[in-house]
Amino acid sequence: MNLYAIRAIYRFEMARAWRTLTQSIISPVISTSLYFVVFGAAIGSRIPQVEGVSYGSFIVPGLIMLSLLTQSLSNASFGIYFPRFTGTIYEVLSAPVSYLEIVISYVGAAATKSLILGVIILATAAMFVPIRIEHPLWMVTFLVLTAVTFSLLGFIIGIWADGFEKLQLVPLLIITPLAFLGGTFYSINMLPPLWQTVTLFNPVVYLVSGFRWSFYGIADVSPAVSLGMTFLFLAVCIGVVAWIFRTGYRLKP
Amino acid sequence: MNPMISLSGLTKTYDGGFQALKRVDLDIRAGEIFALLGPNGAGKTTLISIVCGLVRGSSGTVTVGGHDIVSDYRAARALIGLVPQELTTDAFETVWNAVSFSRGLFGKPANPAYIESVLRSLSLWEKRDNRIMTLSGGMKRRLLIAKALSHEPRVLFLDEPTAGVDVELRRDMWALVRKLQQDGVTVILTTHYIEEAEEMADRIGVINRGEIILVEDKATLMHKLGQKQLTVQLAEPLAAVPESLAEWGLERSDEGHALTYTYDAEDQQRGIADLLAALAAAGVEFKDVNTRQSSLEDIFVGLLREAA
Repeated sequence: MNLYAIRAIYRFEMARAWRTLTQSIISPVISTSLYFVVFGAAIGSRIPQVEGVSYGSFIVPGLIMLSLLTQSLSNASFGIYFPRFTGTIYEVLSAPVSYLEIVISYVGAAATKSLILGVIILATAAMFVPIRIEHPLWMVTFLVLTAVTFSLLGFIIGIWADGFEKLQLVPLLIITPLAFLGGTFYSINMLPPLWQTVTLFNPVVYLVSGFRWSFYGIADVSPAVSLGMTFLFLAVCIGVVAWIFRTGYRLKP
Repeated sequence: MNPMISLSGLTKTYDGGFQALKRVDLDIRAGEIFALLGPNGAGKTTLISIVCGLVRGSSGTVTVGGHDIVSDYRAARALIGLVPQELTTDAFETVWNAVSFSRGLFGKPANPAYIESVLRSLSLWEKRDNRIMTLSGGMKRRLLIAKALSHEPRVLFLDEPTAGVDVELRRDMWALVRKLQQDGVTVILTTHYIEEAEEMADRIGVINRGEIILVEDKATLMHKLGQKQLTVQLAEPLAAVPESLAEWGLERSDEGHALTYTYDAEDQQRGIADLLAALAAAGVEFKDVNTRQSSLEDIFVGLLREAA
């Protein structure tokens, strides 16, 4: 293991986050706070409790997941796309580092950033609505797994993209709809039966459901299924990343 | 002595079908300055990129310091510093952080004293806390060299190092390369500026259309292929070369005011003293003589023409 290299890349990526503090931390916090003002305070007061939890509290896990997903994606995809774009990637590719070390450092940094963000949003939410966490260890597990998985997905997008449009395309066209329709703002039990079935093909449902269960002990699907699906998604992403490095796809002609 | 870098049967065909390297065999000796000379698109950068791990070879093997670049890439790459052709730098990092980053990336523990010495030797010390985007082009080039040297490499690749570089930096760079050679570092530079190869290199390889046409000690190459010209300035113009001098193959120029004799530097048979004696015997008076040795550029152009 080239630990010096992992540390160098990791620190480089974290330094980039501090330089772009507004974009990486402050703006997600502001937008999440707005959600609480609108859905929690303004509209939420007119919505009855969902499975025994006030609506404002009910949406907290989903909102944290929403930010975690989008931020993991954008952190990781930008982190690897930008050096490709400027050409500075040559240095990493010519260094005595393994592919595993490259992934650990880039994905690790991206996941760290979104985890920090997740915790900040949780703290912000606690100022607006009452929150209880029934299974703290599972909460952390879901948080970490999701951050890592979607950072890996972001890494893949950052290598696949050959322009800034594509870099925005996947998060905008696929991830955001999936996240909004994944039960962030509602329990899928509220949907008509047909849509309940359709929703089960949305991977985000499992993340949000499992995460919400770790808070309030209520879930759309069983926590074990949630955990299993999360691991499945993680395994798929790891498989794709392994393929990328084996073939040199878009990295080494 | 084992070569520092050894390429054998190295071939590269890009996905589009373009064959950039055709079964290249090349050994580069430890501690030498090797110039890889060739026109644009000859395969210089592809060759370097394969050795450094940026491009994957299609077939053939490469070893650096005896380590295979694929199966033992860590040991091979740890020996190499690469200064790329393009000025690819991070804009927002400071000089100090960028160079320290490179050292870590190549698996070396932090060593501020060494980084300081590298920055000082490249006149970057004053700029250490500046963001890279505030640097001039020449300073960025120096920074790329500093990054390549940050991990104390045994082999330094300079890909077109003096493209768009002013005279001062070029001199500094040449001095640095000599200093590195004294420290035992092997230096490989690619260039299409012949004077650069002529000035710096111990050996020269000429590459064209993916093939190494020739590898030779610089002195041998210039000696072997070098043509010399002796020009005699005449006191009185000549209308024609006198019959008695026909065997010398002289050319009249400057409207008969000068005669030019072209000869091979290796050809010891026909000394210029004999020619001057023959001129005197023929009654041709001259006021000045000068000789010119063909430069590497002439040799190079000749080689490429031959290959084409």
